[in-house]
Amino acid sequence: MIDTENLTRKFGNLTAVDNLTLHVNEGEVFGFLGPNGAGKTTTVRMLCCLISKTSGNARIGGYEIGSKEDSLKIRKIIGLVPDNVGLSEHLSAYDNLDFFGKIYDCTAAQRKENIKRFLEMLGLWEKRNVLAGTFSKGMKQKLAIARALIHDPQILFLDEPTANLDPESAKTVREFILDLKKQKKTIFLNTHNLDEAQRICDKIGILNTRLRVTGTPEDLEQAVRGRKTVIALELVNDAVLNALKKLSLKNLTSEGNKIMFDVVDPDKENWAVVEAIGLAGGHVQTVNVVGSTLEDVYLKLVRESA
Amino acid sequence: MRLSKAWLVAARDFKIFRHQKNVWYSIIIFPVVISVLFPAVLEYAGRRSGGLPAAQLPTLLNSFSFFLVIGAAFVPLGIASYSIVGEKVEKSLEPLLATPLTDGEILLGKTISAIVPTLVAMYAAAAVFMVGMDEVAFSKLGYYYFPNWTIATLLLVLVPVAVVLSVLFSVIVSSRVNDVRSASSFGILMFFPFLAIYLASEIGVITLDVNNLLIISGILLALDVALFFVSTATFRREEILTKWK
Repeated sequence: MIDTENLTRKFGNLTAVDNLTLHVNEGEVFGFLGPNGAGKTTTVRMLCCLISKTSGNARIGGYEIGSKEDSLKIRKIIGLVPDNVGLSEHLSAYDNLDFFGKIYDCTAAQRKENIKRFLEMLGLWEKRNVLAGTFSKGMKQKLAIARALIHDPQILFLDEPTANLDPESAKTVREFILDLKKQKKTIFLNTHNLDEAQRICDKIGILNTRLRVTGTPEDLEQAVRGRKTVIALELVNDAVLNALKKLSLKNLTSEGNKIMFDVVDPDKENWAVVEAIGLAGGHVQTVNVVGSTLEDVYLKLVRESA
Repeated sequence: MRLSKAWLVAARDFKIFRHQKNVWYSIIIFPVVISVLFPAVLEYAGRRSGGLPAAQLPTLLNSFSFFLVIGAAFVPLGIASYSIVGEKVEKSLEPLLATPLTDGEILLGKTISAIVPTLVAMYAAAAVFMVGMDEVAFSKLGYYYFPNWTIATLLLVLVPVAVVLSVLFSVIVSSRVNDVRSASSFGILMFFPFLAIYLASEIGVITLDVNNLLIISGILLALDVALFFVSTATFRREEILTKWK
C-alpha cells in the first residue's frame, strides 16, 4: 500500500530524509519512530504529496508521488492528521467535518452519517455545535482524527496523534486507532511514544534521517541487541563472580542474589554459565531469559546514528 | 480549476468571518464613513459658506466618489489578512493542502472570500453615498448628479480591479508575516497610490473623468496580472509548508 525506494528530501545542504526504503502492507499499522528532526514529518509530507521529493520513488495505493495527476488521486485516498491539528477554530466541530466532507465530494447523507458516527465514537457528538477553538487539546485531536476519516480513506497518516495529550485522552485516541486497525485501515503512525508503538503497530521503522531498522516490535527487540539472561542464586559470592568473569560474558552485572549478562544464543551460552556457577560452588535457583525492550533498541540505534 | 471547490473554501471563510468582530469592523467602518460622512460634510460646508457654487460641485462629487475606490483597496486587506494569516496562525492550512483541492482552487477561494464582502459593502456604500450626495446637491444643480457614467466606470471597472489588486497584495504579504496586525500594517501601503491619485485630482493634475478612470483601471489591471503570477508562485503547497514564515 505504501512503498518507498531511496526516497530522499534535501533542504539546501541539509538532508532531512536520506534514501528511505520501506514497505507497508494494506491493513497494516506502521509505526515510524525517531527523535525530533529525524525526518518523520518530512516523510509524511512527501507521502501526502504536500512537498516534493529530491530523489527516489514512492507509491501510495499504486499511485506515484511527484506526478501531478497522481498527486490528486493520492490525496483522495488518504487522510492526514498533522502534528498541529489545524482545525478551523471559529467553526463548530460539525462544520469542520462537514466542510472536509464536501471537499471530498461526500454526499449530504454520507456526511451526515459519517459525522455522527465518528463524533459519537470519539465522544464528541454532544459538542458538535460548539466552536472547535473552545475544545481541549484532547478533544481537538479527536476531532482532527474524525476530520481525516470523514471520506473513509484507505490510508491514514497520523503525525504524533497522542503528543501533549493527558493519559486519558491519549488512551481514547489509541483505542480509536486500534478500532481502525480492526477495520483494516492502513495506518502510518509517526510517534515518539515507544509504548504506544509497541502496543499498536504491526511493524516499526526507526528513522534518524536514514531508516535504521524496520521489523515487528518483537523482531526488533530480539534482533538488534539480542537478549539478557537473569540467573537467581542462593548467594552470589566472589568465587561465582570470578568464575563468570573468566567466561568473558558481555555486560555482566550482579544485584542482590541475581546475576545478569547479555546473550546472543541463550540455549548454548546459558548451559556453560550454569555449569561454571556449579563448579564455583554456587546454587542456581532460576534461569530467565529476557528480551531487550523497544526502548533499548530505539536508544541504541538513535545514539549510534547521532 | 473547479469553481465549485473554490466556492466551498470561500463559503467556509464566510462562516468563520461571522465569529470575527475585527473582520466585521473592517468591512463596515470604511464604507459607512464614506457613505454617511461625505454627504454630511458637503451639507455642512454648503450651509456654512452660504452654499457651494454649482460649477464646483461636479468636480467635488467626482473627487469624493474616488474614496469608494480607496475603500475598495483598503477594506479587503483586513479580510484577506484574516483569511490567510488567520489560517496560518491556526495552522489549518496543512490539512486543507492535504485534500484533493488544487493550489489554484484554494487561492481562488481565499480571493473570493475577500472580494465578495468588499464588493457588497462598497456597492451598498455607493448606493447610500449617491442618494445622500444627490439629496445635498440637487438644490444647487437642479438635477440628480448620480448615477452617471463616471461613477458607473468607477464602480464597475475601477473598484473590482482595485479590490483584486488589494487581495493579491495581501496574499503576498501574508506569506511573509505571522500575525494579522502585521499583515494589515503592510496593507497600508496599498492606500498610498490611490491617495496619490486623489491628491493629483485635487490639485488639478488629472481629472477623474471616464477616460482617465479607464486608463487608471488599465494600469491597475496590468498590476493585477503581475501580482497574480507572483501570488500564485507564492501560494504553492511546498512554499507554504517550507518557506512561509
